[in-house]
Amino acid sequence: MSDIRQAREAVVARILEGDGEASPAQRRAAFNNTGLGEPLRKLIDKVARHAYRVTDEDIDGARASGLSEDQIFEIVVCAAIGQATRQYDTALAALEAATRKE
Amino acid sequence: MRLAILDSGQGFGTKVLFALIRTISRQPVLDVIKLVKYRADFYGGPMQRVTHEVMRGPSSWSVGDRELMAALIAKTNGCEWCTKAHSAVAEGAYRDEKKVSAGLSNLETSAIEEPLRATLRMLCKLTREHAVDADDIRAVLAAGASRQQIEDALAVCFSFNTIGRLADAFGFVVPGPKAFEAGAKYLLARGYR
Repeated sequence: MSDIRQAREAVVARILEGDGEASPAQRRAAFNNTGLGEPLRKLIDKVARHAYRVTDEDIDGARASGLSEDQIFEIVVCAAIGQATRQYDTALAALEAATRKE
Repeated sequence: MRLAILDSGQGFGTKVLFALIRTISRQPVLDVIKLVKYRADFYGGPMQRVTHEVMRGPSSWSVGDRELMAALIAKTNGCEWCTKAHSAVAEGAYRDEKKVSAGLSNLETSAIEEPLRATLRMLCKLTREHAVDADDIRAVLAAGASRQQIEDALAVCFSFNTIGRLADAFGFVVPGPKAFEAGAKYLLARGYR
């Protein structure tokens, strides 16, 4: 397929640097899965590591902390793309190492 | 779904589109469509450009191969919604239900080509453990997959490790098989645009 890196980078740039309801710092923290306080930390860590364990209570907790649904939508999207990006970058580095000419 | 905005926060034009989909397909609108249409400039638009190229752009992996990868990645993530959705698409693309069910239930004994089997094995490890190393990649190359095929498969992995997480986090409602069949027909005819 054609090089998707540019299109993928556009996705990441949009969610992290474009307009949004959540602050850029919150979106970046969700993307990196670091530096978030409770209850968001628990929700975002679940999205990153085992999303099938996310419950209604996790989303309700984020709402109760004062976030709007649009803010929750954005930071969950950032968390999902952040984890998929780390996996992808790690695997591409392994591919590079495996095919590097000595 | 867990966020009401994804169910009912769409603009007027999108609601008209959903009514059309319900009328023509005689099925409910799949939650993934609601997700990609909600504030499409934030997530759905940019992400669909990636996913369409990954799943329908030129590649020496067939459409069926890529949809089987998507289904197996979803299964590894424990995502029922995406496993069912992309099993249906893979079955339609291959015109072979058994190949898909065998690949999903036992990758090691199923009758699939070795380069694909080794690639699927590596994608499962990447999805499960969030990392692979150079030896994992060398095993795929040794099984006969090319560097480009591995890159293409990793792109599938990126798309479906994103979408599966969102399906589970937002609580996509798993519909009946007919709704997935209708979705699969659309994806085979039109792709991810």
